[in-house]
Amino acid sequence: MEEQVLAAVQGFMYPNEMELQWSVLIVLYPFLTGLVAGAFILASLVKVFKVEEVKPTYRLALLTALSFLLVAPLPLQLHLGHPERSLEMYLTPHTTSAMAMFGFVYLWYLMAVLVLEIWLDYRVEMVHLGKTRPGLLGRVYRWMTLGVDDVSPEARRADAKVAQFLTIIGIPSAFLLHGYVGFLFGSVKANPWWSTPLMPIVFLFSAIVSGIALVLVMYMTITFVQGKEIPMPCVDTIGRYLLYAFLIDFSLEMLDLLHRVYEADESFKSLDFMVKTRLYTSQVLVQIVLGTLVPIGLLALVQMVKLTEGARKGIYVVAASLTLIGIFAMRWNVVIGGQLFSKSFLGYTSYKMGFATREGLLPAILLLLLPFGLLWGLVKLLPPWEEPETEASGSGELAA
Amino acid sequence: MSKSRRELLLEGGKVLVMTAAASAAFEDVMAGHPEKAHGYEMGDHWWAMAIDVEKCVGCGNCVRACKEENGVSRQPYYFRTWVERYHVRGDQPEHPEVDSPNGGYDGFPEKFRVDDGGKSFFVPKLCNHCAHSPCTQVCPVGATFESPDGVVLVDKTYCLGCRYCVQACPYGCRFIDPATNTVDKCTLCYHRITKGLTTACVESCPTGARELGDLKDPSDPIHEFLRTHKTQVLKPQMATGSKLFYNGLDGSVR
Amino acid sequence: MGGVFEHKRHLIRMAGLFGLGGLAFVVLQLFMTPKSFGVYGHYRGDALQEISSRPPVFAGRAACAECHGDQADKLKTGPHARIGCEACHGALARHAEKPESVKPVKREVRDLCLTCHLKNAARPAKFPQVDGKEHGEGNPCNACHAPHSPKEMP
Repeated sequence: MEEQVLAAVQGFMYPNEMELQWSVLIVLYPFLTGLVAGAFILASLVKVFKVEEVKPTYRLALLTALSFLLVAPLPLQLHLGHPERSLEMYLTPHTTSAMAMFGFVYLWYLMAVLVLEIWLDYRVEMVHLGKTRPGLLGRVYRWMTLGVDDVSPEARRADAKVAQFLTIIGIPSAFLLHGYVGFLFGSVKANPWWSTPLMPIVFLFSAIVSGIALVLVMYMTITFVQGKEIPMPCVDTIGRYLLYAFLIDFSLEMLDLLHRVYEADESFKSLDFMVKTRLYTSQVLVQIVLGTLVPIGLLALVQMVKLTEGARKGIYVVAASLTLIGIFAMRWNVVIGGQLFSKSFLGYTSYKMGFATREGLLPAILLLLLPFGLLWGLVKLLPPWEEPETEASGSGELAA
Repeated sequence: MSKSRRELLLEGGKVLVMTAAASAAFEDVMAGHPEKAHGYEMGDHWWAMAIDVEKCVGCGNCVRACKEENGVSRQPYYFRTWVERYHVRGDQPEHPEVDSPNGGYDGFPEKFRVDDGGKSFFVPKLCNHCAHSPCTQVCPVGATFESPDGVVLVDKTYCLGCRYCVQACPYGCRFIDPATNTVDKCTLCYHRITKGLTTACVESCPTGARELGDLKDPSDPIHEFLRTHKTQVLKPQMATGSKLFYNGLDGSVR
Repeated sequence: MGGVFEHKRHLIRMAGLFGLGGLAFVVLQLFMTPKSFGVYGHYRGDALQEISSRPPVFAGRAACAECHGDQADKLKTGPHARIGCEACHGALARHAEKPESVKPVKREVRDLCLTCHLKNAARPAKFPQVDGKEHGEGNPCNACHAPHSPKEMP
């Protein structure tokens, strides 16, 4: 073990820097919360900006956000030296610590934004299902309605007003949710790879990109599996918004790069060397070329050339999948990349990821799959698409 | 119906206000002042350390003494204090050759020659006990902090092991103690200096390259040291308020 | 309950749930926060006492001088004046407490002295250093140098 760590070092590192502190689990965490923020922003396109074409994805986006948000703290818990003490973050939060304050942002977003919004949107169905489903399942629905079965027009109007309000405050909340993660890194002056005021914004926009891509690819997959027709106006619009978000995200990242290259401060040579060697595959090949330039190229192609439905669908699936890989690579490059070089700027180490260890690849993969499992359950409990026997007249899952 | 609800709200409000006031008083009552046990007053001290690079001979006594005094893991990547050796060629001050084999624990094997056109020297390193420490700023729960007498400490029973502070330290002073899965670092031998002893590293340094200093004590030699030497701190541009003052710190030191 | 709250029972119940949650949080905080937290700053005040109560492993030269005053006086006169006793004799707090319980271990002399005095380019030029292989012809250093006053013969 000793020899492994020492052998991984090239040049000089402060003795305590040789082992990496934050593992792939900490890469997973901003990836998961980013998907949450992004999926939510897509959902708010419907509610706040009245982009009617993407309505079919509204509920799916919310449920996706919820499943990923519920799983998001798990990689953190697995990483902590003492997860049993994590309640301390709520008991004695240090107000100067982004990490501590994030605990409250998370709680706020989960309870006051996401859970409430989903509850309000599904309430009418829950009342109906509470009355029609037998046994324990029926009781679960009745609990979720808090024992109130009022689905009168006045009640629904009240629901709609609160829901509208929630979506409006939900957007800055989603910005805060993932902007905070960016700030967590961006405010560490000791690490020049992380320390930049652009970090929260870059994180946020890459989150939006990943969230939109996820909902797009999932919606298309689920609709296809159900044997239904994929509504082209819906996916075309999502594809367009994905392109716009991507262009902003890419510009921001290029701005950061340009700035670094131009100013060439004391850290530049060391970081430049790191990107050209140890980080080359994940940064240049996977994140930039495969994960950004190719998807942007494909999505731009759709805007510029008239393509058949089939071609467009294929492009959307490929582009969205590559995007997700690329955004994961971006998180990897930030977290792992930030620990591969020495703060003395004289050396480098490497990251040895285990497999079946506490912070290894296996738990990371399982944690990545878990939200999909949760989502499957949620979709069964709260179907995102219209059931014929709902009593909702004209309103239902597709309406606000 | 509404009348009783109003009354309930009033009662609830009263309970909340009283509980808040009680909890504030509670802390003072229950805390006591345990640190006064040894006749040591925290308010009388503001600890710092002076390091004279020109005196360090790289013997590694300090590294060994610290690990023994504080029970630090003997593995080569956990150090509360360590010594670095620099070799700087005259024409390349920006590219020093630096090494720290096992932190200097076993001394330094001969590697450079006196007449090779460069200069070599040793630089002892430890926690800078910053007055504006970036590491305590980021701790989410208050498990690491600066004591009232200027020592940055870790509360090992409270630390979550999130490692944010390790990332935030610009000097690489912190590490995870494999025995407790919490963060560990130089405590300036707090358990010694509060008893009138000096730190283990200063105690074992044969040349006086390290000297503990109390900035609040007007008769402490550190004031003379600061006045008569050209001193520097590491990474001054980070404005950490480092209280580790070096004499003879070459520009090539990282 | 008036007209304002009609058709909003579910919203009121949800608000009530949130309120209960908030109250539970406040109560939890009051009861589970460690008692000494916040006394001196945002940390557990008791930690200071816990950290400072660790028993020292090195006794410190003042403790040695209490019994070994003559060696301490000898040291003061020569170039080794600055060196603490335990720098060479090892950590001996237990010995200082109860001398019979543990005795200092005598180290291999050449190894001990050469720890500092072995020639090394990074050592200050004025610092006395010798070639480990040639100087002393393999004899232990204290054949010619009294350790507590190295300029004198032992």
